Order: sequence, then structure tokens, then C-alpha cells
Amino acid sequence: MKNFNGKILFLDRSDINTDEIIPAKYLTELTKAALKPYCLEDLSLPGFDPKKDIAGKSVIVTRANFGCGSSREHAPWVLECNDINIVIAENFARIFRQNMFNCGLMAVQLDRAVIDELFATFAGTDAELTTDLNRMTFTVTNGSETRIYPFTVGDFDLELVKAGGWVNYADQKY
Amino acid sequence: MGKTTAQKIFDAHVVDKPADGVWVLSLDRVFCHEITTPIAINDLVAIGKDRVFDPDKIKAVIDHVTPAKDSKTAEQGKTMREWAKRHGIKDFFDIGRNGVCHAIFPEKGFVRPGFTVIMGDSHTCTHGAFGAFAAGVGTTDLEVGILKGVCTMREPETIKVELTGALRPGVFAKDVILAVIRMLTVNGATDKVIEFAGPAVDAMHMDARMTLCNMAIEAGATCGICYPDRETVDYLWPFIQNDYADKEAALADYSKWRPDADAVYAKVVSLDVSTLEPMVTFNYKPDQVKTVREMEGTPVNQVYIGSCTNGRLEDLRIAAGILKGKTISPDVRAIVSPATPKIYREALAEGLIQIFMDAGFCVTNPTCGACLGMSNGVLASGESCASTTNRNFNGRMGKGGMVHLMSPATAAATALAGKITNSPLFVG
Repeated sequence: MKNFNGKILFLDRSDINTDEIIPAKYLTELTKAALKPYCLEDLSLPGFDPKKDIAGKSVIVTRANFGCGSSREHAPWVLECNDINIVIAENFARIFRQNMFNCGLMAVQLDRAVIDELFATFAGTDAELTTDLNRMTFTVTNGSETRIYPFTVGDFDLELVKAGGWVNYADQKY
Repeated sequence: MGKTTAQKIFDAHVVDKPADGVWVLSLDRVFCHEITTPIAINDLVAIGKDRVFDPDKIKAVIDHVTPAKDSKTAEQGKTMREWAKRHGIKDFFDIGRNGVCHAIFPEKGFVRPGFTVIMGDSHTCTHGAFGAFAAGVGTTDLEVGILKGVCTMREPETIKVELTGALRPGVFAKDVILAVIRMLTVNGATDKVIEFAGPAVDAMHMDARMTLCNMAIEAGATCGICYPDRETVDYLWPFIQNDYADKEAALADYSKWRPDADAVYAKVVSLDVSTLEPMVTFNYKPDQVKTVREMEGTPVNQVYIGSCTNGRLEDLRIAAGILKGKTISPDVRAIVSPATPKIYREALAEGLIQIFMDAGFCVTNPTCGACLGMSNGVLASGESCASTTNRNFNGRMGKGGMVHLMSPATAAATALAGKITNSPLFVG
């Protein structure tokens, strides 16, 4: 199972699409690892610098409809290549969310009020998130403030995470 | 309790329900193209499972970058070609016989009412025009589809979009779907299927229905569905005539996929299409839609007619009808890409290609390239394109470029004027 803990990258925008996460011109790469330098290269977000802001981050917290657009699994892959194994958002586009769990990664939906609180409390600070899959809680801390948030993911999604993805799961079962 | 079309298809294909609300479905079709499939193939090879569940149910094409533009895209093509050969996938469409996936696969009769279809391409929802359940998936779903012939899907909830009234002249399926996306918003149908129903859909040819379903994903939908009817049977007849005594028998059989009268919907919305004008997107989201009238006079640098949304014969006929005997503005460059070799040949035979060339259009081979900024019509920074494609994301057709989505009629009129304008077919 992957690691779902680490420093948070806050992306304060809705409708971040897969072209922004990994532009189509890089879809000619034949290995996942080759995608690494291009993560969020075309993200349209004032002040965001993909060359500086991604390094050292392992969790994305963002707004609504993250991952909309293309079906490209290159989007989860480029996050994974950059050690980002979990995205937390108000909601996700279907294919992106499924691709995350299919890769054994997590796309977790939290209520808008909770997302608002995360941004208000922790954005702009050196915040770190720890995932507890037994208690199904996130602990977020920045040294001065620590808060605990319960979350849910579907039973089947959790099985995919534990199995390391859909290929392993399906191969054993079907 | 009655069932929707998607629920009926799920019931007929269920293999497993591994958790509450999660279905594993058997697949009738796994479609493949060279952008999302090679990594699945390479992974299957790497894990020692280089097999396919059924070579006759897998259909493959090279369409996104074709002919190859560089060594990497050549490598993607090679991976597909060798894989298709070693597994006996006979419906593999290589250079010279290849077309845009969501145009060539329906044209070959590969999709039937009641089918389950996946492809590593978000616009797979197009095939729902035949009364099928067709969903775009990622490479891992595709990989499992290739290996096992199954896919997981969440329990389908359906939004019914009732399209009443008749379209005014100069208003087309593209205008309707842009209006519907504006109404639903870009994630208004996420995790849901959209059934397109009503007299306006009944009146549409399959080409127009495919345009409608093609952009269901732009409202977040898993699939767009039109009900199978006489039009569907007529389109498919060359492929199914040995399966049925006559068209009536086919129609009777396919009608079982229509929803029950008491089917339960997440939401029902209605739109009187007779109120619609030609539509166009502004800005970078497909639900940012205005009337062409509101955007009148906006200059563009490039006009593009093609893609899985609007590169079919009916689209080329409409555009050529407007361009005939005229030349495009010196301020624009224009590109037309017939979506398949068959469409290209028919357009040639009907004299449409001549009209496009006389007007000053560049005619390219069938490919998806320009739509996603990979090849054959990429924009420079600060440029804009009047385009019959499906996605206007920031940088979609080239970094720093703006895309205005519109119908082929509006695109043709815009090419002549050099700025966004209504076609002469539309008389306000």
C-alpha cells in the first residue's frame, strides 16, 4: 500500500482539468517516470509555480471537480511520480477518481465546509497531513494548529487501495 | 420499479457486485487508440500477462497523431501494430485506413444497442447514441478490459434531458449540446448517465445524435444515451441484416433497451430547442456558452472543422454548403479534417473537398491531432480558434491559445468573415 501522509499542496481553484495536470503534448511518453518534470505544468492559478511549489509535497487539497476532462491516466501517474498519492477535494470528475483508486492511490471527497476550513486554517502554512485508514481520519497540523477530520471512502475503493490497484484485484478475482 | 436504459444494460452484463453500488460488467467492446493503450500493453507484458480476452471484441486504431510526427509517436504506433498482430486483432486500423476513433468505430457497425463499451478516451460517451452504455476509462481500466473483458462502474443514476420542439434552420445538435452543458454545468452530470429524449432527438440522424452524446462528458456524464429507433436500425442495417428477418424485427429487439415508462431518474430537465440560436463558448470551460449573436465580431486566427464531435459527412456537407463559391478571410487560416477515410472519399465524390480547397481550406487526413493540440493545427500563444471540437480548456489546442467551440455552420461562416458570426442558414 502507498504512503498517504505528507506536506500539503493547496490548489485554490475548482475545475482543474487533466490538460492542466499533464498537457497532451507529453502523452507520447511511453513510461510513467518520464512524465515527472511536467506535473501541473499548465495549471492556471495565480502565484503557482510548478517548478518550486510541488517539491516536498505529498498531498493535494483542492476545490470542486478536480481532474475533469480527458481520461488520461497520465494525470494520476504524474502525481504519483511526484510522490503525491492522495488528493482531497470537494468532489472529482468520475474518470480521474476511478483512475486514482485503480492505481492504488486515493481521491477523497470532503464536504465543502471542511474544505473551506482546511483552506482557511492551513493554506499558506507548512501543513502536514497524516492518514489513518483504521480510524478513517486525517490529522492535519502545522505546528501551531492541529485538527482531526473523519473521512469516508467506498468499501470497494478501499479494497483497491489495499490490493495496490485494480489490475491486482481483478486478476485475482475474475 | 421501472428501469432506465443504463440500468437495463447493467442488469444484462453484471458479473459481480463487489460492494454496495459497485458493479463489475462484462464488456462487448474494448476500443483502443495509440495514446492510452501502449502503456497498458507494456504493463501486461511486464507482468507476464500479455493476453487479450477476445480479439474480436477488441478494436484498435491509430488516430491521435497520424502519420507519426516524431520518434515517440512512431513508437506508440509500433507498439499498437505489433500487439494487434500478435493477438490476431483483425479490426486494427492503421495509417491509410485509420480515422478518428469515435467516428470510424460506429461507421464500421461495431456498436449496437444494449452493448457495453469502454475505451481509454473520455469521448467514448459518443457511442451511447446507439443506445449503448459507453464510457471513457483510464489505462488501468483499459488494461483489465483487454485482459479480462470486465470493468467496474458505479450504480448508474440517470438524468433525462427532454428536448422538445424543432430546431430552427441554422441551429444544429452542436448548439443543442452546448446549451445543455450550460444548463447542467461542467460537473452537473458527474457519475450520471444522460438520456437524451424527445421529438428533437427523434428527428436527428445518427451523425447528429453522436454529436449530442459526444459532449455528455463535458457536463461530467459517464455516458450520453439516445434510444434505439428506426433511425438506429437504418444506420446499422448493413451490419445486422443477417441477424434479423427484417428491419421491423431488429427494431422490436432493440426496443427492449428503451427505458420503462416508470423508470426512475435522478433528475429530469427539459429544453425547447425551437428557442435556441447558434451557440459558441467563451473562456475556458465548456459550460461558458453564449449565443453567436453575443459573440459576433470576435476575431479568430484559425478555423478548424473536424473531430469526433463534428467531422462527419453531415458536418462537412453543411460547412461546404456555406463555403461554396466563396473564399475565407485573409485574416484566418482554415483546416478541415474529415473524420474517417470513408467520409473523406464521400466528401471527395460529392465535390465537398473541392469546395473546401477552393475556399482556401487546408484538407488534412483523418486525425484527432488538432483538437488536443498534439499535431495538425496547434495554436500559438495568444491565438484563438473557431473550432467544431469539444473542449475549450486553457491551452487545449496549444499553450496560450483560446478555443471557441461551435457548429460546423458557424465555423464555416466564421472562416469567411474572419470573425465569429452566424451562418446565413440562421435567420434570427
